[in-house]
This record gives sequence, structure tokens and C-alpha cells, in this order.
Amino acid sequence: MDSIAALMGGFAIALTPTNLGLAFLGCLIGTAIGVLPGIGPMNAIALLLPFCFALKLPPESALILLAAVYYGSGYGGRITAILLNMPGEPAAAITTLDGHPLAKQGRGAAALAVSGIGSFVGATLSVVLMTFLSVPLARIAVGFSPADYVALIVFALSLLGAVAPGNAVKAWAAGCFGILLALVGIDSGTGVERLTFGSIELLGGIDFTVLAIGLFAIGEVLLLLETRLRATAAALGHGERLSLKELLACVPAMVRATGIGFVIGVLPGAGASVAAALSYTTERRIADRAGTFGKGDLRGVASPETADNAAQIGNLVPMLSLGIPGSGTTAVLLGALLMYSITPGPLLFTQRPEVAWGLIASMYVGNVMLLVLNLPLVGLFARLLTVPAWVLYPGVIALSYAGVYAVSNSPFDLLLATAFGALGYVLRKLDVPLVPIILGFVLGRLLEDNLRRALSLSDGDVLALFASIPSLLLWACTLAALVFPLIRRKV
Amino acid sequence: MHRRHLLAATLAGAALAPRPASAQGFTPQNPECIAPAAPGGGFDLTCRTTARALNELGIVGPAIRTQNMPGGIGAVAINHINAQRRADPNVIVAVSTGSWVNLAQGRFGRWTENDVRWLGTIGADFGVIAVRRDSRFQNLADLVNAIKQDPGSVPMGAGGAVGSQDWTKAALIARGAGVDPRRLRYVPFEGGGQAMAALLGGHIQVFPGDATEVRGQLEANEIRLLAVLAPNRLPGAFQNVPTAREQGVDAEWTIVRGFYIPPGAPDAAYNYWVDALRRLYAHPGWPAIRDGAGLFEFNMAGREFEELAKRRTAEYRALAREVGVIQQQN
Repeated sequence: MDSIAALMGGFAIALTPTNLGLAFLGCLIGTAIGVLPGIGPMNAIALLLPFCFALKLPPESALILLAAVYYGSGYGGRITAILLNMPGEPAAAITTLDGHPLAKQGRGAAALAVSGIGSFVGATLSVVLMTFLSVPLARIAVGFSPADYVALIVFALSLLGAVAPGNAVKAWAAGCFGILLALVGIDSGTGVERLTFGSIELLGGIDFTVLAIGLFAIGEVLLLLETRLRATAAALGHGERLSLKELLACVPAMVRATGIGFVIGVLPGAGASVAAALSYTTERRIADRAGTFGKGDLRGVASPETADNAAQIGNLVPMLSLGIPGSGTTAVLLGALLMYSITPGPLLFTQRPEVAWGLIASMYVGNVMLLVLNLPLVGLFARLLTVPAWVLYPGVIALSYAGVYAVSNSPFDLLLATAFGALGYVLRKLDVPLVPIILGFVLGRLLEDNLRRALSLSDGDVLALFASIPSLLLWACTLAALVFPLIRRKV
Repeated sequence: MHRRHLLAATLAGAALAPRPASAQGFTPQNPECIAPAAPGGGFDLTCRTTARALNELGIVGPAIRTQNMPGGIGAVAINHINAQRRADPNVIVAVSTGSWVNLAQGRFGRWTENDVRWLGTIGADFGVIAVRRDSRFQNLADLVNAIKQDPGSVPMGAGGAVGSQDWTKAALIARGAGVDPRRLRYVPFEGGGQAMAALLGGHIQVFPGDATEVRGQLEANEIRLLAVLAPNRLPGAFQNVPTAREQGVDAEWTIVRGFYIPPGAPDAAYNYWVDALRRLYAHPGWPAIRDGAGLFEFNMAGREFEELAKRRTAEYRALAREVGVIQQQN
């Protein structure tokens, strides 16, 4: 097929020593960016862009480097999520649910390994899908209407209870609180200020990083202060490495997560956080027969990490084949193309095949590099836990505040993060799950925007929300997700 | 103690590097360009293109960093500048015609066109009226007729809210058709990219966008342009697209792209940046970079630009009053 011939041409570009080196460099930077709180791939790519010009890199090489930073970041976020209960990137918030309990049981290394392998599986299968189906998939994706997005997001929200099944009421309350936080700031539809209490700093809304770092990192450290810093976050554990049997048990979860993650990723209006959340909650509904999810189930780590990486690759599909950015980071990548005087759009594959196919080929190579880079380092990462708490936690706090400040340069956000930290501490004490707050925050914003669009397109007709096949399917799923646990409880 | 330290350092600095009192005496330190939107949009491109050109062509020595500050289509940035960096000489903020629309409508809170120092432009873009390639509208007259018959039958959308510059393009067409712009069925999206996706997906029928952001789709024949909202036809891929005026609709929309600096920035800094822009216009390497960014030539810096900014803001204020979209007047 011509896809294969074109891909071979792409490999000829991706495998030149320079481009291999750049992909490796990008993978390293990406992993590091994923580990550090606050600094996301978007900032990193924006910072690297001038260097690409300064080094006079050709566009395909620049894109190979920048894209490697992007998908490499999907590998890094899990490390602190699992070991320290502090997600390094938004989607990794879900990974804390099972990853950190595993680390507490001394199986941090196994969780790191399975999440690394999951990331690789998700990313690589997605690149294969992208190689052959990019253009038709992007066409289908743009057919997804605002009403369909509404149904998708409501479905994702309906699974909130699954994040903490024993504690559904608190999970729902936390989710609603997250939605409330998402409302803060200038309303994009009308320009009206909401919940800003006259504060200029709150006009732009609450930044995700501030919320996540506050609730997770700062809140966690406050909690640990009670233990007088003598304990470490979790035990290192001995011997119990990831067995082949355990890995095989995770394969169905990884395959499902790739499917969910890739599809969500291809949609231009959703993102990796939605993919990870949907994948985890679905997996929990399907596979949690023994009730081990949330207490340290390897599948609960594999699923969100696989979906996260699959969604990241999926996000590149509308960007490369239609010139439509699906997320902030892909928008920066598009901007990079523009600066090289390459017009992103449907003609990219024909006009500049070396750029499009070179990038796709380099992603096969890059993901192998990331796997090779990450697996041997699992032991090293896990040794993070042997660092005494009085060294580790001040470092974490310093990095957290640096991350918050890097996002906004605003001292107000430092205070806000501290306030969220205190809130995180109190909520932990009250046994309120924190992940639904994060999900409510991300999904609430998407829900509002799309609901508004759908209703103004239909001139206020609510029935338009149920007018298409995808939306009907998703509403049916939502109904099932809400009713099914009730029935099961009665039986 | 601390103050004496500072004084000593200043004196030492002055002694080591005596500076002439001219504009050249100012050199920015860690210069920064604020793009008041998420990465990927027009503001972002304005900053990145200019930063790159000024650095690469050797006009500004220190590397210019681009900082994205999304929120309220510029409201957050103007607040940030006025509240925290009123006199910072090292920051320039991307601005466009859209910012003037927002200023005119009172969307920047208490800040007005007098609360910044208008620097200059790097070029301009022009409004276009885009439809999907299989659209029922063949030319602007078809669209105008459909709007005349039933404005609600033509769902349109773009990357800004009702009252924004994208909406204003649609409003100008509606006004040309003699229809109240408020009766348009207009849907705001999060940026032009998403609006383009909605056009290609058939969720909206008309996308009043900018020439630059639709070029890729136009070249690929995915969309058709009913009109460019420019005084004359545009070059290149756009040369076959008639202007609105050619089709009897008096709608023109020039999107000026440029910068402002903080209101309290010293004259030396202002003159330095104006001079940098003028040297950019004159540099033989600039047109290629500008074209690459999809901008058309539009050079104006210093006092002239300041006058344009104030005149346009006043015009848009009048237009906004006329169609009744003034918000939060205070």
C-alpha cells in the first residue's frame, strides 16, 4: 500500500543520525518534563522552539524533537504519581488511584514497569492506527458535533462514582466542587465575571496546575508532617518484581485503554485527562470483580497510563491530517510549522511528505527509545523512596511552588496553591477522594462550553442533544453506568 | 543597609558603563512578549514571529521569550500589565484589531485605550467569509439573501463570543443585508481551529475567519471563500476571491497585528521598541518571514499607530452602541 511506501520514506528521514539523536533528546526532555510538576509539554515546546531556529534545524527535524518532548511527557507523569501520590501531569492524577497504593505495598517498581509498558503499548498501537487511518479518522472526528461532546462528557461524569465506589456520595460532592471551581473567571460566552469576588487575579480562572499541585503535592506533604517526617512515603519492597503472569493479566486492560484513549484523542475537543479518566472508570466497571481496584491493582495503573499515551498520539491525527489542533500542545506544534512557512492543512501529507511521514516514523522509533529508557530506570526511580523524608519533601515543596510560579508568574497563585493544599489536607482527613475534584474541574469547563454551543446551534431546542447516533449511544451508556450499580447492589 | 547596597551597585554600574541619553541607551533585559491567548492563535503567532525575526535579524540582542497569558481575549493580560508591571520596559504585549473591539465594548474592565502605550504593527490580516466546499452558498449574494429571508437558518460560528471581532465580521455582512446583527445565529468556539473543525463537520454553515487561518483549507479545496473583507483582492491563493465591496456589500475588516507596552514604560524603552520595529520593516529578511506567518504588509509604528488605535477604538465603540453589544459600561 502507498501508506507503507510513504512510511518507509519517513523512516529514511527518521533514522538519520541527527534525527535519531534529536528524538532521543526529545524523549529525555519529555520524560523530565512529565516528572516535574507545573511545567507541561506545552511550555517546554514553546521554550525549545527558538533553539530549533537557532540551530537551523530543518522543519522535519524540529518537529521530530518537539513531538518527542510531547509524547515523552506521557511517560514521565506517572513516576511521581505512583511513588509520591503527586501527579506530574494532569492525566496522571488517575494513576495515583492504584499506583500509590501499590507503592505503599512495596510494589512501586512493578507499578512503574507496568505503566511504562502500558504507555509503550498505547502509544505504539496508536501510531499504527494513525499510519493507516489518519485521514478517514480525522474526517469522522470533525463530524462529532457539540451535542455529541455534551453526551460524551456527561458519560464521563456519570462514571465519577466509579472512582471511589464505596464512597460514591463523597465522590459526587467532590466532582461538583470541581465543576464549581471551573466556573471561576470571565465567562467566555458573555464576558461576565463569575465567582471572582472582585479579584483581578481570578479573572482568568483557576489554573489546572495550581489546583492539582495544591491538592495533591502540598496537601500530601501537609499530611505527612503529622508523621514527624520519620516515615518515608512508601516502602521500597524487596524482590517482588512484575511477573509475566501479572503483565499478561493487564493486556486486555491495555488493549481497551488504547481503543478508548485513541478515539478520545482524535476528537479535537477532548483530551488526555478525559481519556485516562474514562478508560480507568470503564475498566473498573468491567474488570473489577474482586474489588481490588483502588487498593492497588496493576490494571488500574496500566489502564490510565495506556489511555493517556494513546490519546496524546490520537491528538496528532487532526493536527497532521486536517491542520486542526486538538489541544494546547498540538496548537503549539502547529504554530511551529507555521513559523517554518509550512501551511498546516489537508495538503501536508502531499506537499511536505518528509515532514508528516518523517514525524510518524520517528514516533515508532521514539516510543521504543522511551521504553528502553524507562524500564531499566524503574529501579532507580523507585529508589527515590529511600531518600529520607526530610530531604525529599522540602524538595517536593520547592519544585511544586516553582512549578506554580512558572505557569503564571503570579504570587497570587502561590497563595492559591497553598490554600488548595490546606483544603487537600482537610479533605484527606475527611476521606473525600481528590481525583473527582480534578475530573469535575476539567470536564465541567468542557461541558459548559459544548452545551452552550449545542443549544445555540439548535436555537435552544434541547432535543438536539439526542439527535445523532453517537450521542444516543453515549446517553445509553450514561444511563447504564448510572442504573447498573443500583441494580447490582439490590441483587 | 539594603538601600545603600543598591545605591552602590547603581553607582558602580553607572561608572562602568556610562550610557548616552539617547534611545539607544536602553537595552532590554530578559525581554518578554506576552501573547494574551493560548498557544497556536494569532496573538501567539504575532509574538513568536516577531521575537524570532527581531532576534534572528540581529535587531534585538537578548532572546525574546514568548509568554502565553490566555483569558478574556486579552483582558487578563491588560490587567496583569496595569496591576503588576505598569513600568516594565522589557515587556511587549501582542494586540490586534480584536483588542480594540474589546476595549470599545468595555470588556477589559476599567482599562481603556489610554491605559497602554501603543507601539506599532508587524502586518495585517484580512477577514474572509468561508463556507464548506459543498455549500449551498455560491457567492456573497446567496448568503446575504438567505440571511435576509431568515437569519436563524444560517448557523455560523468562529473563535470569539458575540460582540468579538469574528462576530463583528458576520455583523458587518448582516448590516449590509439590512438585517439586525443580533438576529444572527452565531456560536462561539474556543479558537478558530475548533470553528474550522465545526465548519468541515457541517455543524456550522459559515465561518467568518481570517485569511491566514483558512489558507491551508483553501489550498486543499476543502472550503470556498465567498468574499475577502479587504480593500483590494489579496495575492496568491486568494487572488480569485472577490472582495465584499466588489459584490456590493460594504464590509471591510482589516486585522492589524501589533504590540503595546505598559503605560508607565519610560520614553527610552518606547523609542527603543518603536525603532526596533522600524528597523524590522526596512530589513531585507523581513518580508519572507512576514509572508511565512501569513501576514500582509502593514507598517505603522509610534505616534501614527497610537492615533490609529484610538481612532479605531472610537469607531468600534460607535458600532457597538449601534448594534447594542456594549457590555459592563462603567
